[in-house]
Amino acid sequence: MKVIVPVKRVPDTAGDKVIDEATKTVDRDAGEAVLCPVNEFAIEEAVRLKENSGAEVIALLIGPENAQSTVRKALSYGLDGAIQITDDAIAGSDALGIARIIAAAVKDEEFDAIIFGNQSTDARTCLVPAAVAELLGLPSLTYARFMEVDGDKITVHREHEEGWDVVESTLPAVVSVVEAINEPRYPSFKGIMAAKSKPLDVKSLADLGVSADEVGAGNAAATMYEFAPRPPKEAGTIVEDEGDGAAAAALADWMQEKKFV
Amino acid sequence: MSEILVLIDHSEGTPRKISLQMLNAANQVAATTGDTVAAVWLGEGSADAAATLGAHGAAKVYAWDSEDANAFVTLPKVEALQSIIDGGDVSAVLFGSGNHTKDVAARLGIRVDGGVITDVTGLDVEDGRLVATKEVFGGATITKSRVAAGKLQIIGIAANAFPVVETGGSADVTAIDVTLSDAAKAATVTSVEKQASADRPDIGEAAIVVAGGRGLGNEEGFRLMEELADVLGAGVGASRAATDAGWYPHRYQVGQTGRTISPTLYIGSGISGAIQHRAGMQTSQNIVAINKDAEAPIFAIADFGVVGDLYKVVPKLIEELKARKG
Repeated sequence: MKVIVPVKRVPDTAGDKVIDEATKTVDRDAGEAVLCPVNEFAIEEAVRLKENSGAEVIALLIGPENAQSTVRKALSYGLDGAIQITDDAIAGSDALGIARIIAAAVKDEEFDAIIFGNQSTDARTCLVPAAVAELLGLPSLTYARFMEVDGDKITVHREHEEGWDVVESTLPAVVSVVEAINEPRYPSFKGIMAAKSKPLDVKSLADLGVSADEVGAGNAAATMYEFAPRPPKEAGTIVEDEGDGAAAAALADWMQEKKFV
Repeated sequence: MSEILVLIDHSEGTPRKISLQMLNAANQVAATTGDTVAAVWLGEGSADAAATLGAHGAAKVYAWDSEDANAFVTLPKVEALQSIIDGGDVSAVLFGSGNHTKDVAARLGIRVDGGVITDVTGLDVEDGRLVATKEVFGGATITKSRVAAGKLQIIGIAANAFPVVETGGSADVTAIDVTLSDAAKAATVTSVEKQASADRPDIGEAAIVVAGGRGLGNEEGFRLMEELADVLGAGVGASRAATDAGWYPHRYQVGQTGRTISPTLYIGSGISGAIQHRAGMQTSQNIVAINKDAEAPIFAIADFGVVGDLYKVVPKLIEELKARKG
């Protein structure tokens, strides 16, 4: 069994996020860049498949040369190897463009499952997993809060607003996981050391057979072209309670004034 | 004349609030472009829903009244939309930015070579094309996006970004028949587990959301949150600290890796307001914070804050609100 886990390098949530004025994309070099936290749940699920059924697990990352630290971080959880797609022409691609690159990168890999995090913490569109599935002609079993593989059958509990759908299909399939699915482990010291020597296959768009005029900012189907910081909010009313809860009356007055009561 | 399709999200035969909000958004666009607003109902129950959709601005309803629409994962909806798009003149498709509908949009975008923009909070028209406003980085940055010329505009509308408006109109129903591909039947839905409380609104749709965090200290604290919510007709949310502790189910988690909500009133108790949480609620119209730590970052974005022990303040607040309701 072979599992591919696409991972993403994102700005640290706690740090400043900067949009590059010229390219109008997130400047991933402005603050500290990290492995997207949601990816850790996908990696954990893949590592469990490795432990339980001997799956080979490969990470896949799209990003410039300096994103290699993120690839090594992903490998430190005990994965078997990684593919990194690096090409200047990729910059500014929209979610569907990124999906085209991922689909091209995995199509000859003879995988059984692709396991994504359901969203990245920076763009948060959630579009990439289903778009990759569409490009590959595979089922998209997304928002998994539970998954189970039995032979060539996969069962997933797809979380939604009211609970979840129990869905099943045969492999190969594309899965995305939500954080409720597991409790990710920390990389072991052994894993961190081993990550340095795991095979890393760096490829360009040409290696994937993707033409530069299919991706990148100039060919994005959807483009963010203007951005501005949110105007600062006026300071609110802050009252201090004396320890008896009496400040609740002032809050109730305010709510009544605002017609919430 | 082109059509704007609105993919109706529904539950138990009733359109969700986001669907009615999208019909209003589509009508605002149509007022400029002259397009026709057509609702797309996929699944059983179209006959009963058509009147509601018409009364909220749908001039037309495409209805595929078949249990197949929900018997398989995502693709039946994609193929139904595709059949309408292929057979007609469609300028835009609006969908609710919920989990499962985003998948429909992504797959449709690939199939029809469209462009997809999610979580849109405002729409304008320039030169006959849509300009979509969307807030990113937890609401810290406001952006404008558009779909490239010549490509179908597939636009995900954020909950509570548009009001529900009754137009008092009525809709013509056009039944459609969809022949599913084999691929569309590859992943089956074997059962649906409904966990949501029937008597509290979904936090994505609710006008008021009451949220609890680490400061509650235990699972019991959420009974107090529910009591406050029920006085206000509100939904109940939780911070990640609270869901990670197992005090409340994960699907109620508000924040970067959970739900993004935008109610008219958010009341956070025992929530410090870490950036991961703010990313999921910062665009709420009014923010109330109750926290014993005066330095908690949530007070910086609060319209009204109470520095105090939530176990003293919230019971008193419930009392006060009940008294005011009479």
